[in-house]
Amino acid sequence: MRLIAENLGGERGGETVFSGIEFALDRGEALVVTGPNGAGKSTLLRVIAGLLPPAEGKVKVEGGGDEFPSVASASHYLGHLNAMKTALSVEENLGFWRAFQGEAGLSVGQSLETVGLDGLGHLPFGYLSTGQRRRASIAKLLVSRRPVWLLDEPTAGLDKASEERFAGLMRGHCREGGIIVAATHLPLGLEGAKTLRMGD
Amino acid sequence: MLALFLRDIRLSVRAGGGALIGVIFFLAVIATIPFGVGPDLNLLSRIGPAILWIAALLACLLGLDRLFQADREDGSLDLLVLNSDRHMLALTVLTKCLAHWAGSVLPLVIAAPLLGLFMNMEPLGIGATAFTLLVGTPAITFIGAAGAAVAVALPRGGLLISVLVLPLTIPVLIFGVSASYGAVADPAPFLQPFLILAALTLFLAVVGPLAAALALRHGTD
Repeated sequence: MRLIAENLGGERGGETVFSGIEFALDRGEALVVTGPNGAGKSTLLRVIAGLLPPAEGKVKVEGGGDEFPSVASASHYLGHLNAMKTALSVEENLGFWRAFQGEAGLSVGQSLETVGLDGLGHLPFGYLSTGQRRRASIAKLLVSRRPVWLLDEPTAGLDKASEERFAGLMRGHCREGGIIVAATHLPLGLEGAKTLRMGD
Repeated sequence: MLALFLRDIRLSVRAGGGALIGVIFFLAVIATIPFGVGPDLNLLSRIGPAILWIAALLACLLGLDRLFQADREDGSLDLLVLNSDRHMLALTVLTKCLAHWAGSVLPLVIAAPLLGLFMNMEPLGIGATAFTLLVGTPAITFIGAAGAAVAVALPRGGLLISVLVLPLTIPVLIFGVSASYGAVADPAPFLQPFLILAALTLFLAVVGPLAAALALRHGTD
């Protein structure tokens, strides 16, 4: 499977944020997108996910088969927002996304254990701290299988130990043939990742 | 899809879900009418079905702004749109509409017979009004979904949705009320307006979610 961006351009409110972005990622490769605030990192990720229409160029996946015919169907998108309901418990939230997104991966209990939140699954999501919420949101990446992870500032709010645990998760995902595109200005601990610097 | 339905139902009954707000508003409107109109029992029973319908319509509109806005604020909407290859977005919207109807509007229909007593309506009229509400209110939710999807990005879209949606709900109101009257007033027919009401609901069940899905796809900024 390959994720390919050809001459990609994005705009926000009619103003061009970036243009001429090209990359091709094979199985097991990661791309770290860096750049100052306002360089268009988040916009790039939203364009790749198909949540914003590209101003020019296109993104496509090759070799996804029937299971993952388009970029959207092959992708997990972890944005700034956690996409979890504060009134529901962590388990209910993850259980919902697991059932809704299909392609079931780890069970809810296993995924919570992987991000170090075992024993907190019965709490309402609203009771968790910022870092715990982020970890629960990361567990969302594990409950259903997607080859492409689009991560927007994934480690915002995480402590040192959680950052390392998450780096391990990302390395594991790449080892299994996954593709990662991460926008960040913190080092993510991904060795051998390609880098794309925006806003220069 | 069942997961989405159950999640939305759960959210509407938990704290802050607002399932009861509509019922309380409905009760408040109906309880106010006799004070305004005066204690003329014949007049009250004559205008009863219309008042019940109008109050239910307004109560329906009350909770509509949260239909997509809550999902947008916590980022869930992005993921619902992202999964549109697996679950067609219009079907996702339809599911959310059905859950919203079952969670917030069905309680109104259940409360309607009780409130009909406030209006001195006879049992047959109360039954007919509750039944037409049961059949007709989903149409309001489906139109409302399109309005809610258009206004999803606006911070105070609630009033805008009501203004957008209200003119479109007038046919539902007309046929709902005339079917309710048809059941009690003799020369007026019941079946014809009722069938048109049912047809409106079915028609809007298709058009509303499709329009809402289109608006949501272009509104994800």
